Amino acid sequence: MDVVFLSRLQFAAATMFHFLFVPLTLGLSVILAIMETQYARTGDEDYLKMTRFFGKLFLINFVVGIVTGITLEFQFGTNWSRYSEYVGDVFGSLLAIEATTSFFLESTFIGIWIFGWKKLSAKAHAAVMWMVALAGSLSAIWILSANGWMQHPVGYVIRNGRAELDDFFAVIFNKFALLEMVHTLPASYIFGAFVVMGISAYHLLRKHEVELFTKAFRLSLTVGLVCSVISFITGDLHGIHVAEVQPAKLAAMESHWETQERAPILLIAIPDEENERNLFEFGRLPGLLSFLATHDFNAVVTGLKDIPKDERPPVLITAVAFKTMVGLGTFFPLITFILWVKRKKLMESPLLLKIMVYSIPLPVIAIEAGWILAEVGRQPWIVYGMMKTSDAASPIGGAQVLVTLIGFILVYGLLGAVGYFLMFKHARKGLVSA
Amino acid sequence: MALQSTWFFLWGLLWAVYFMTDGFDFGVGTLYPFLGKTDHEKKTMIASIGPVWDGNEVWLITAGGVTFAAFPAVYATMFSALYTPLMLILFALIIRGVSIEFRNQIESQAWKRVWDTCFFIGSSVPALLFGVAFANIFKGIPIDENGIFHGNLLTLLNPYGLLGGVEFLLLFMLHGALWLGLKTQGDLHDRAARTAEKLWPLVLVFTLVFVVASYFSTDLFVNYFAHPALFLVIIITVAAIFGIRVYLKKGAFVLAWAASSLTIVGATFFGVIGLFPTLFGSSMDAAYSLTAFNASSSPLTLKIMLGVVLVFIPLVIAYQVWAYSMFMGKITDEDLDHGEGY
Ligand code: HDD
Ligand code: HEM
Ligand code: HEM
Repeated sequence: MDVVFLSRLQFAAATMFHFLFVPLTLGLSVILAIMETQYARTGDEDYLKMTRFFGKLFLINFVVGIVTGITLEFQFGTNWSRYSEYVGDVFGSLLAIEATTSFFLESTFIGIWIFGWKKLSAKAHAAVMWMVALAGSLSAIWILSANGWMQHPVGYVIRNGRAELDDFFAVIFNKFALLEMVHTLPASYIFGAFVVMGISAYHLLRKHEVELFTKAFRLSLTVGLVCSVISFITGDLHGIHVAEVQPAKLAAMESHWETQERAPILLIAIPDEENERNLFEFGRLPGLLSFLATHDFNAVVTGLKDIPKDERPPVLITAVAFKTMVGLGTFFPLITFILWVKRKKLMESPLLLKIMVYSIPLPVIAIEAGWILAEVGRQPWIVYGMMKTSDAASPIGGAQVLVTLIGFILVYGLLGAVGYFLMFKHARKGLVSA
Repeated sequence: MALQSTWFFLWGLLWAVYFMTDGFDFGVGTLYPFLGKTDHEKKTMIASIGPVWDGNEVWLITAGGVTFAAFPAVYATMFSALYTPLMLILFALIIRGVSIEFRNQIESQAWKRVWDTCFFIGSSVPALLFGVAFANIFKGIPIDENGIFHGNLLTLLNPYGLLGGVEFLLLFMLHGALWLGLKTQGDLHDRAARTAEKLWPLVLVFTLVFVVASYFSTDLFVNYFAHPALFLVIIITVAAIFGIRVYLKKGAFVLAWAASSLTIVGATFFGVIGLFPTLFGSSMDAAYSLTAFNASSSPLTLKIMLGVVLVFIPLVIAYQVWAYSMFMGKITDEDLDHGEGY
């Protein structure tokens, strides 16, 4: 069995699973902190009740996020040891900094939050949730600077047969990583907002605790609207930077074969990688790809044909992932804007409320699609332009990896099922017992 | 040289703190099916580690992260060579974490039984396997000049490795029993105290056997004979074991637990000092061994990371001590009824 292929599958499964839960941790912690602050400021019991209601949901989700994170911390060593040895001087420190600055803070303060209701004042208790939210976002910032470095390595020299750190500030102020941060964090907050809005809408449709759920809905609507707009803008900036430093990914995103001026965007395209063309094209919008890549309708955009065959990423997956994300990325600002206009008359718009119930999973679909685009689109490189994925795997037997891959699928599958079952059950039950 | 040596000992220290903190969580989980007779007692046992287990686990993540940052070649070789045991540990830690959260979500006997079993396995298996892994590291692992591991899981389950596993398990069980003595009251407290008394002689015997076996199976003592003052570490560790006994007799559980912490840190340092400067030794040829000097990161990375660690680790210790002290006292019924989770 091919160790590289199995390790790729295993890593993809493990990170994608981790990132089903992490964005909700990031988003919900911020929203919970806002809710609890409202309670501490106004003394309005509704805010306390909603903090506890969504807090329970948060914790079920949180614990799955944590346990799936631990395996990731070690997978670079277990499955990608050649990679770890080659780039550890730069990459390893970012992971270590993440643990020392963020994970300790988050895990210690979450313990205080859960068990500290009677030991702390309302204000102090709300401040503890702010610490959890801060620590979560801080950990995302560090891991994204690690990922940003793999996407676009900077601040290193090749010395002693490996990549060694040369300029730490270049690494932490890597433009690619900064763009990932300002795009991923708001995306995660959107997910938190959609979960709170969706569950609130469900109960509003059943006229259950109308006042409380209206407050929760409006509060998260604000977060959702602001973050949808931000992630739209930063996504656009991200695209420009990708065009500049990873032309192969950009071309694959759009199934764009010929280098040309006024490059078009195709609403639908089915690439045929074998014969270097598209089998089917529909909805040609001339100049738009040039505009997306450079903000100039007439610019030249490199096509896949001008990129060596062995340096092209898988086109179909990358393109589908990109279209999914952008489609949803256009939907979020629109729907949240409409809701914002109607925010005073929510109960009169059952259709909108229904849409929001069914929209709960959409942000996480967009997020996973975005990551598939980012990671699959980076192939065949593990560190862009520096090291190929095929040179990165550990010198271990394929059978071991196959066994753990099956283990991951089974254990994670069960965990995910149980976690979602518990969250679903709690969300539907509402506040009857609280 | 000085920088690399400093990192070597920081590396050892992080593992020692990890075993000291998560060690009692493992102990509580291992004793769980034996000491928790009623649902109320089981809940109390889980609540005794509730606020701190996750923070304790981060010491492991940090030990792993720091290995990666300071000694990337060791991170790469150690974790790929020990692929199977490490994966088993990680899977066990996964089911431990979720069982703590999931267990009390549904009031059903069958449901709780599933997560109770997971909690037990998720605590005892890592305790045992960490011991096996570290004993094998003390002994040397069959790796060649390319860091490729020549062996399998059974290679690691040699007598000395298994002895290390049992030693760790016993140390953690005693540590956990003392923690329960400190955190609980009534029947559960009495049972925990009695269990600690029964475990103590086993810990003493196995520790001494382990030290003697190390003399025959490993090169750990080379450093000790070169610098006899180092024997103090072994003496302090054994003295700490006797300290546990003294305080246990007096019913002073906080001090007994502190002595047990010292024992665990001492036991870890017994090995770390003996290893120096080897981090991951090859049993095939000493020339293939990874040491603090041939496997470290560049001086720049080591310096930056030293700055990070010197600023943040004291800060972490400060707020963790604050969290521990906030939740000191015995678990009461009121503590069991906090609503959201864990
Ligand atoms: C709610 C989630 C969400 C939404 C609405 C959008 N994105 Fe996104 N996108 C992500 C979630 C995401 C992500 C999962 O967070 C990614 C993966 C890597 C990253 O930095 O963010 C991402 C990556 C990503 C990349 C690739 C970066 C790379 O290769 O590393 C581009 C070019 C865009 N996005 C562009 C957009 C555009 C133009 C959007 C506007 C409609 C958009 N995204 C909306
Ligand atoms: C959390 C969001 C992430 C998701 C969903 C994700 C997803 C994926 C996927 C789908 C692959 C497989 C690509 C392929 O082999 O074709 C992959 C590979 C990989 N990713 Fe990510 N990734 C995420 C974040 C990260 C981060 C933050 C890092 C580094 C810090 C990272 C490092 C890697 C590595 C090392 C590989 C394996 C080598 C490779 O195939 O390139 N990933 N990831
Ligand atoms: C592929 C590389 C990744 C690694 C090695 C990794 C590692 C970890 C680890 C070890 C934990 C557990 C911390 C604890 O016990 O409290 C964790 C949790 C977490 N990770 Fe990841 N992670 C990865 C991807 C990501 C990404 C891409 C993000 C953010 C954008 C992220 C954000 C978080 C957050 C916020 C937590 C907190 C706990 C939770 O998930 O609920 N991680 N991660």
